[in-house]
Amino acid sequence: MIAVPRERIAYQAGLLGLVTLVVVSLLLLADRLTAPAIALRQAEDLRGSLTQIIPAELYDNDLLENRLELELDGLPVTVYQGRQGDRVTALAWQLAGPGYAGDINLVMGVDRDGRILGVRVVSHSETPGLGDKIEVAKDPWILGFQGRSLGDPPPGQWAVKKDDGSFDQFTGATITPRATVAIVKRGLRFFANHRQRLLDPGTLTTPQENAP
Amino acid sequence: MNRYRSLIREGLWDNNVIFVQLLALCPLLAVTSTATNGLGMGLATTAVMASTGLAVSLLRQFIPAAVRIPVFVLLIAGIVTLVDMALNAWLHDLHKVLGLFIPLIVTNCVILGRAESYASRNGPLSSLLDGVCMGVGFTWAMVLLGASREVLGSGTLFANARLLLGEGFAFLELTLIPDYGGILLLVLPPGAFLMLGLLLAAKRFLESQARRRRGLSPQVPVSDCGGCGVSSVCHTASQE
Repeated sequence: MIAVPRERIAYQAGLLGLVTLVVVSLLLLADRLTAPAIALRQAEDLRGSLTQIIPAELYDNDLLENRLELELDGLPVTVYQGRQGDRVTALAWQLAGPGYAGDINLVMGVDRDGRILGVRVVSHSETPGLGDKIEVAKDPWILGFQGRSLGDPPPGQWAVKKDDGSFDQFTGATITPRATVAIVKRGLRFFANHRQRLLDPGTLTTPQENAP
Repeated sequence: MNRYRSLIREGLWDNNVIFVQLLALCPLLAVTSTATNGLGMGLATTAVMASTGLAVSLLRQFIPAAVRIPVFVLLIAGIVTLVDMALNAWLHDLHKVLGLFIPLIVTNCVILGRAESYASRNGPLSSLLDGVCMGVGFTWAMVLLGASREVLGSGTLFANARLLLGEGFAFLELTLIPDYGGILLLVLPPGAFLMLGLLLAAKRFLESQARRRRGLSPQVPVSDCGGCGVSSVCHTASQE
């Protein structure tokens, strides 16, 4: 090895800088290499969860291609449109709200009339064994939203039974289902407020007409 | 050869990351609610420990003592991020299960600890082996703890193993106690502390039984350097 006085500050600082440079360039290179593959996988995941909540016979387009950017309480919401020909038949979007421990992220789909096609929890950090019954893998509770709308039950009863509403809570966990019901209700309000824009096939960010 | 055998023994039992050094308690508390999670975290950590051990050992001659810790941290964080990106891109299903744990590996003090106390003083081959052995020791401890919490806490074993290991491993998923109400305490993080205490006591018991059989005093000596997390950098230990 070349005789470099290793105790010199310049050597140490230079070495630290060099190592940082090498590590950062490796990371940048890896990011370049993996970014397209990761984006593809994430799109697959999203498509997978959308097909879970919107029945396949309702649309004949690529859900991810037909999307709208809207705003709800100051946060951006991406809405995916399912359509048959030129008619918008189903809509889906992701929504988050505070649960018992951290945010609950869910994706929900509605039909033209604002009836719920399905709701699924994407991620949450609720208590294992109690609050995690909102996952469809653990409990069928979340399927109870299917077919409901803002008028069914009436707005006052969009709550858990403990709050005189019409949705079940879990034994030992009220806050989680209460929060979930509130998020879904917020989602339905969002649909009601933007109904016209959401159902208009002409307001797309990515036009579908030119697609093969 | 003898040196390698002692590395294996140290990693798996005598100087086990969890049961002896009592390090890595944060991933331990967070992740071991099921055996599958413990296994996933253990395997990911083993891969990172082996590669950081190798990298640190190869670069050790160029790294002056004064800046070694930041350099090690950079190397570890860089390798973990690379592993994270590669898994996300090419082994996406595995990443969905492990993804949550991978960034946590950076905060695992054991990795920096082994880089500092072993890899920065030893050759590449022994450092690689040390990383693997410490990792495997960590993995079996995580799986044991996860399994005992899972069985007592929710009555199942290796739940969701399919997601981690593939469909072929569905046979691992057992429901040991059907219609079991579960013990929530064991599933929550404090349960990990309770279970760890019980397992530590069991390990002590086994060791004192072994000593009794050899005709030694059943009390495991407190000054047992193998039982100390810093024994490899400690002056007293190296003089023995």
